[in-house]
Amino acid sequence: MRLWLAPAAWIALLCALAALLPVMTPLFSWVEPGTDNLIYTRDSFYFLLQSHIWLVAVSATIGTLVAVSAGIFVTRPAGSDFLPLVSQIASIGQTVPPVAVLALAVPAMGFGEKPTLFALVLYGLLPILRNTLAGLGGINPAVLEAAKGMGMSSAHVLFKVELPLAGRVILAGIRTSVTINIATAAIGSTIGARTLGDPVIAGLVNGNTAYVLQGAILIGLLALATDSLFEATERAWARAFSI
Amino acid sequence: MIELKGVTRRFGDVVAVDNIDLTIETGEVCVLVGSSGCGKSTTLRMINRLLPRTSGEILVDGEDINKADPEALRLNMGYAIQSTGLFPHWTVARNIGVVPDLLKWPSRKRDERVNELLTLLGLDPATDAHKYPHQLSGGQAQRVGVARALAGDPNILLMDEPFGALDAITRENLQQEMLRIQRQLNKTTVFVTHDIDEALKLATRIAVMDQGRIIQHDTPEAILRRPASAFVENLIGKGDRGLKLLALRTVGDLMERYPQPRRPEPYSNGVNEADSLRVALSVMVWQNSAELPVFSEAGEEIGTVKREQLLQGGA
Ligand SMILES: Nc1ncnc2c1ncn2[C@@H]1O[C@H](COP(=O)(O)OP(=O)(O)OP(=O)(O)O)[C@@H](O)[C@H]1O
Ligand SMILES: [Mg+2]
Repeated sequence: MRLWLAPAAWIALLCALAALLPVMTPLFSWVEPGTDNLIYTRDSFYFLLQSHIWLVAVSATIGTLVAVSAGIFVTRPAGSDFLPLVSQIASIGQTVPPVAVLALAVPAMGFGEKPTLFALVLYGLLPILRNTLAGLGGINPAVLEAAKGMGMSSAHVLFKVELPLAGRVILAGIRTSVTINIATAAIGSTIGARTLGDPVIAGLVNGNTAYVLQGAILIGLLALATDSLFEATERAWARAFSI
Repeated sequence: MIELKGVTRRFGDVVAVDNIDLTIETGEVCVLVGSSGCGKSTTLRMINRLLPRTSGEILVDGEDINKADPEALRLNMGYAIQSTGLFPHWTVARNIGVVPDLLKWPSRKRDERVNELLTLLGLDPATDAHKYPHQLSGGQAQRVGVARALAGDPNILLMDEPFGALDAITRENLQQEMLRIQRQLNKTTVFVTHDIDEALKLATRIAVMDQGRIIQHDTPEAILRRPASAFVENLIGKGDRGLKLLALRTVGDLMERYPQPRRPEPYSNGVNEADSLRVALSVMVWQNSAELPVFSEAGEEIGTVKREQLLQGGA
């Protein structure tokens, strides 16, 4: 249970700040003494937080499903022809910055949530795919030989041996993907998605550091909370499968 | 019974196994021996269909293995390998219970079986069963690998250098256990090694392989007495062939028995009935004695063995 203490604390802090930022005017007047508009009010922070999380969660779910299935497929005998291609895509794709993917999505899909989601899924796929391949490929071949030699079916080998053994590496890939996407989703504000990036962009455009700070604090906390949630999950996984 | 008829396996241009014929009778231990890369593992892995054969026929109890369901075939063939391939995320008990689980044994029966095997292989059911593979020594891990191969009570055992990476003493112990298990369970076994002493010790018949072919297939004694080629002669070592022959027979074969077992005199040095003649000779040389008392398993003195007899009739 102690495992989940840290993520719970981060999440509590995040929620508290989202609620309390609007009443922290004195603090921000110290940062930005010249103006009256000290608190971003176009949307509530809760709404933006929700929308931000929703974007990241949906893209992570789709990305995980697609990347893990693809990773599994190309490591089966039937898909092995595609393995070199797919692993190349996974490693080269990482060198393209997320903003570029976002920028490319706009001409194809217009402004709004859709191109952001598309970019998040596409970019988030890559670390998961790379780690799925590394995780499945890193299993001691003798273990797989033994598993097959014992008389396990391919499905049994996959679900009882390969995925539990590769799980931690795959989970680390999802963690990387989600962390990157929390930041990328914020940039989604520039193309019309509603995220915690909104106050940051508004602040930059209007020269209001207080707005920037409010957005940045919440994005940072969200990233920290998520990361510590993954940390705990990885530990729980390792404990469950004792690796 | 396992029959290989004209079996060939190619990897690209490499002919790993070249048109071999081999029959392994039910209950016998066939040891495949030969230098590295001669095709031993490939032969073994074709028998449980981990590798498809390029041509030829493999029959188990008269049935072509390609007609059987591969998973069902493997469930009836225990498989142990040098690198053990234990599942690192499962305890020793779960590793050993994997085939019983696949066979859907009730969990009580499985647990009893696991305990029985742990004991059989000299592991402690109370402490070792709950360890994970990374907590085992190399020797313990190989024991668990062998136990796992035996767990489903298969008719056939395929063992690929199961004692490969072990020190001489642990290896010797496991070989003894293997012999004991074999006497108890009487499985049809194909055992791969490149250690000729291990082969001579465990085999009912030895198949000597070289470059994918079987050079000689015969009993250990016949291989030692009549090696088919210079290659086999080299493999068994010309120099100590006599000693190896002595190692094949036990003191019990050659001793003179007393009509009644006697109480041993205190501090008398001798050999056990089950020791090999080679051990007896060694003790004689060491003690410079012409005759040794022989003791039974129970510790009674049951006869004597003489140097004369040993030198004349031993090999
Ligand atoms: N999967 C494979 N792909 C290509 N060549 C292979 C493969 N497996 C084995 N070979 C080749 O087949 C030959 C026989 O290999 P095998 O593993 O049967 O030898 P071995 O007798 O078991 O040797 P060792 O004592 O070293 O284990 C070798 O030349 C090896 O390089
Ligand atoms: Mg081999």
